[in-house]
Amino acid sequence: MVGVVLSADDIRRAISRIAHEIVERNRGLQDVVLVGMRTRGVPIARRLAGAFQEFEGETVSVGALDIGLYRDDIPYRELGPRIQPTELPTDIDGKRVVLVDDVLYTGRSIRAALDALIDFGRPASIQLAVLVDRGHRELPIRPDYVGKNIPTALGQDVQVLLEETDGRDEVVVTPVLSALRTPMLRSESKVEGTGEGER
Amino acid sequence: MTEERTARGAPAALEAQAPWTRRHVLDLDDFSRVEIEIVLDTADAMKEVLGREVPRVPALRGKTLVTLFYEASTRTRASFELAAKALGADVINIAAGGSSVEKGESLIDTVRTLQAVGAHLLIIRHASSGAPYLVARHVEMSVINAGDGWHAHPTQGLLDLYTMRSHLGDLRGRRVVIVGDIAHSRVARSNIWGLTAMGAQVVVCAPPTLLPYGMRPGPAPVEEPLALPRVQVETDLDRALEGADVVMVLRLQKERMAAGLLPSLREYARLYQVDQERLARARPGALVMHPGPMNEGVEISPAVARSAQSVIEEQVSNGVAVRMAVLYLLARGR
Repeated sequence: MVGVVLSADDIRRAISRIAHEIVERNRGLQDVVLVGMRTRGVPIARRLAGAFQEFEGETVSVGALDIGLYRDDIPYRELGPRIQPTELPTDIDGKRVVLVDDVLYTGRSIRAALDALIDFGRPASIQLAVLVDRGHRELPIRPDYVGKNIPTALGQDVQVLLEETDGRDEVVVTPVLSALRTPMLRSESKVEGTGEGER
Repeated sequence: MTEERTARGAPAALEAQAPWTRRHVLDLDDFSRVEIEIVLDTADAMKEVLGREVPRVPALRGKTLVTLFYEASTRTRASFELAAKALGADVINIAAGGSSVEKGESLIDTVRTLQAVGAHLLIIRHASSGAPYLVARHVEMSVINAGDGWHAHPTQGLLDLYTMRSHLGDLRGRRVVIVGDIAHSRVARSNIWGLTAMGAQVVVCAPPTLLPYGMRPGPAPVEEPLALPRVQVETDLDRALEGADVVMVLRLQKERMAAGLLPSLREYARLYQVDQERLARARPGALVMHPGPMNEGVEISPAVARSAQSVIEEQVSNGVAVRMAVLYLLARGR
């Protein structure tokens, strides 16, 4: 599968469905806190909170988690230097934390996010919501809510573009031929994913 | 939040492209505005870590940092050590007294030994200007200059910029007045470079004998060996303070008097002490800074040092976050 795999409408529907699933699974929104993983998990988490407001009339707080200080997988040059503060709006002790990311791939950034979250307290539970699950897990991690499963080859890149960060809503799968990965192309293709996604 | 950050400049995805290619931090003379902003933004994230109940993250786990100090230090050494520990690194502290330096080991042999035992980052303070540069040429480790003679103290410059930015935001066009012994101050030199890169308007104020040769009024008797960016020079404190956004006061070292550079401490205090009356010439709410240690009653009045405008203690606590940022960028950047 190559090209645009999710349109703006598809993304809107997927987020709205995930929002309903979160409400259903948690039997309401009591103690639910959304924590978006920087960068693109944060706007997705905000959209979920918007959906909760719309469907349930309830305000759910949204935090932003930066895992730059916890990850061990991505070589620094590809991660980029920018790390940002983690901002949790509320104490997460005893809360049902829904961790939100754009793409789930190896699972290593989720592992880092779990380490980071646990440094802030002891949630009652941590659930995982992702817009895209592209497979190729390297750790025993599974998502609780998935916008779309997109089977990919290892060499491909999955780019989630969002209005808030990229000016438009779209999920694109691009083939990346290793022979064409000159250092420059490589750094450009990685820039999209620096700090947040696993591609 | 992401949006605020994005509003400051390019979208986050573009900003992430800004390169960090440095292996050492020896001075701020070759730092671009973008590089300084990378450090200051990273320091924001580090400040968040320091505010946690358990201020510790595993970013530098397995790295070993050595502080090698040939000169006395309280805050710099302590804040590097705290910074390294908050990032999960191991720290070895070496003072020149009590080490093999006393047995006559050379600087190069000492640092090579430290590298051989497995250090990844070397923090060095030395009385000779340029010593960290010599060291950096002979080792694979990252070297951070924690003060070399009169020359440079880049992490102090960065923490001063961080403190100013956190109160004033964009520093472009801000009037920053540095008062005191400019000639012998590595803090002043690093601040002049950093502030210039950030687009601030720098004013230095001192008696002519305490200005670097190149800045003294009249024909220079000797060429200033280390070129500095062009700054406004004032020998009259009242004029210098007019409209200042920041007043940075430097310590007057008593040995300057012995060297015949000043007639007396009393005369210096009368003409150059930043007191409340003089501070009133600066903008209302202007920040008062001092790299410490202070001689209260000489270069700064006790009332000013403890006033609401003083951010002197904040400088010290910001020092830990800024040094964490520098350590993180150097250790992860290679």
